[in-house]
Amino acid sequence: MHPYDALIRVENLRKEYTVKSMFGTSAKSFVAVEDASFHISRGETWGLIGESGSGKTTIGRMLLSLVEPTSGTILFDGNDISKLDRSYQRQMRRRTQMVFQDSGSAFNPRRPVGEQIAFGLLQYDLCTRREARGKVLDLLDRVGLADMHYDRYAHEFSGGQKQRLGIARALASRPDFIVLDEPTAALDVSVQAQILNLLKDLQQERHLTLMLITHNLALVEFMCDRAAVLNHGVLVEAGSVDDMFQAPQSDLTRKLLDAVLEPEISAAA
Amino acid sequence: MSAEIIANQTQQATQVPPAPKPPGELSGEPAPAAAASPARQPSRKRLALRAFARDKAAVVALVVLLLAVGGAILAPLLTSYDPYAGDSSRRLAPLFTPGHWLGLDGQGRDIWSRLLYGGRYSLTVAFVPVLCVFPIALALGLFAGATKSRLGGIAMRVLDAVFAFPIVLLALALAAVFGGGLGNVMMAIGITLLPYMTRVAYNATVQEIGKEYIEAARVAGATNAQLLFKQLMPNVVSPLVVYATSTMGLMIVTASGLSFLGVGITPPTPDWGVMTSDGSQVLLEGYAHVATIPGFAVLVVALAFNLLGDGIRDALDPHKQTS
Ligand SMILES: Nc1ncnc2c1ncn2[C@@H]1O[C@H](COP(=O)(O)OP(=O)(O)OP(=O)(O)O)[C@@H](O)[C@H]1O
Ligand SMILES: [Mg+2]
Repeated sequence: MHPYDALIRVENLRKEYTVKSMFGTSAKSFVAVEDASFHISRGETWGLIGESGSGKTTIGRMLLSLVEPTSGTILFDGNDISKLDRSYQRQMRRRTQMVFQDSGSAFNPRRPVGEQIAFGLLQYDLCTRREARGKVLDLLDRVGLADMHYDRYAHEFSGGQKQRLGIARALASRPDFIVLDEPTAALDVSVQAQILNLLKDLQQERHLTLMLITHNLALVEFMCDRAAVLNHGVLVEAGSVDDMFQAPQSDLTRKLLDAVLEPEISAAA
Repeated sequence: MSAEIIANQTQQATQVPPAPKPPGELSGEPAPAAAASPARQPSRKRLALRAFARDKAAVVALVVLLLAVGGAILAPLLTSYDPYAGDSSRRLAPLFTPGHWLGLDGQGRDIWSRLLYGGRYSLTVAFVPVLCVFPIALALGLFAGATKSRLGGIAMRVLDAVFAFPIVLLALALAAVFGGGLGNVMMAIGITLLPYMTRVAYNATVQEIGKEYIEAARVAGATNAQLLFKQLMPNVVSPLVVYATSTMGLMIVTASGLSFLGVGITPPTPDWGVMTSDGSQVLLEGYAHVATIPGFAVLVVALAFNLLGDGIRDALDPHKQTS
C-alpha cells in the first residue's frame, strides 16, 4: 500500500506513565500502551476495542497530541507529528478532533454549550464573531438539536443530547479525523443506534476518517471495516472485522465475541 | 421508556431522512442573523440571583449582615453616646433603662453605642484578612494544582503541615507573637487562613483539571492562558468564594476569641470580643446582659456568614440555576 493512503500511521507507539510518590522523591512507572503499530486509512472508521483500562483513550490522546508518547512515531498525512513546526501543529490540531468519553464533564459546566462549540470556530479563525452563532446553530441543527439549545448549560441535556453536542463541537473546526471515545457507552440501545447512524451520515457527507474506541464488538461490526483489539496496552489482534468475527486470533477477542451480539443493535439500526 | 428517548426520537423524526448538505456547508451561505433565534434564556446573573433568592435563609442572612454593616458605618447617626465615655454613677444599668435600651456596662458605657462602633472592628477583622488572602490562595492553588511542578508540590506539603494545627490554636500562637492591636490580629488571622484557602483552591484545581472539558478546549485551539483563566479559574473561584464567605463567620468568632483571651484587640476599643471579655467579669454578679449582648452579636453574624455561604453555593451551582 502507498504510505499516503493512510491518514494516520503509527509505529511502535509506547506510553509509560510515571506515578510520583507523596514527596516526589521516588517514582513508579506504569506502561499504559506497549509497542503499538497500526494505520488508519482515509475515509474509514477504524475500531479500537479493549476492556476498561486497556489504554484505548491513551492511544486516542496521543494521536491528538494531548499526551506525549514515551516513544514511537505518529505520522499524520505522512508527517511526524512530533516534528511539526508551530503552524503545522496548529493545522493538525484543527484537523484532528475528539468526541470525549465522559459526556458529563466534556463541557464546562459554567458556560453555555453553544459558546463552547463556537470557541473552536473562533480559535481557528473559521468565521467572524458575528457569524459564529449562526454557524453553531447550523451545526446543532445538523446533529439533531434545536436553536434554543445554544444558550443552555451542559447539565440541562440528556446523555444522548450531550453526545450530539460533543459531535457538533468536534465538527466545528472542520476536521478530517475524529476520535470517538466510547460515543455510546452510556446510552440505551435505541439512542445508541441514532447516534451511530448520525455518525455514519456525517462521515459520508464530510469525508471524515473516524477512530471508534469501544469495548463493544457489536459496535465495531456495525461501524468498522477494520479494527484492532487492545489487551493491557498490547495490540493482540488487528485486521478486518469480518476475519475477526469468523476466526478470532486471541483469547480476548473470543471473550469479547461471546460477550456481545446483542441482536437489538442490528435490529434498531 | 424514559423521557430522554422520547425527546431524542422526536428530534430524530424531524431529522430523518438526513438532508445531505454539501461538504462545504460551513463555509457556505451567510449565517442567519443571531437575532432570528428564539428568546434566549435569562442571563446567568439573573439565574444566579433567582437561585439565591430561592434560599430564604440566605436572604435573611444577607439582610442581617447588611444591617450589621450598616449599623457599623452609620453608628454616629444611630446613637449619640460616645462608646468610650462612661457614666460611672450608673454602671451596669439593666436593659431598657430609659435612654439606654441595651443598658450600660461595667464602666457605665452605653452598650448599644459600643455594639454599633464595635461592629467596625469585628466586621473588619472578618472581611479584610479573607479578602487579602483570597487572591494569594487562588494564585497558589492554581499554580500548584495546574503545573504539577515540584515547587508547587513542596508548597502544598508545607501548607499541609500548617494545616495540621487547629485553626484557633494557630491564630492564638501567631497573635501572641505579633502582639495585640487590629493590624496584628488581622495579620495573624490572614496567615492562619492561607493554608486552608489555598487547599480549597488547590483541590478544586486538581479536580477540574482532570475533566475532559479542559482537553476539549485544548483541541479547540485554546492557549494555556485561555485554559487557565477562562476554563479553569471560574470553576475554582466559585468554591473558593463559598468557602471564603463561610470562613468569615469562623474568623469573626476567632477574632473575638483572641480579644476575649487578651491577645487580640485591646481594651477599651469597643470590639465585640473585648466587650464579651469585659462583661464576663461581672457575669457572675448577675449582670449577664453585658457579656451576652456582644456574644450574641458574634454568634448571629457568624451564623449569617455561614448561611450566606450556602446561598452563594446554590447561586453559583449551574444545576440550581434552572429558569
Ligand atoms: N495521567 C495518567 N497518569 C497515570 N496513569 C494513567 C493516566 N491516564 C491513564 N492512566 C492509566 O493508564 C491505563 C489506561 O488508561 P486509559 O484511560 O487509556 O484506558 P481506557 O482503555 O480508555 O479505559 P476505559 O474504557 O475505562 O476508558 C489505566 O490503567 C489508567 O489508570
Ligand atoms: Mg477511556
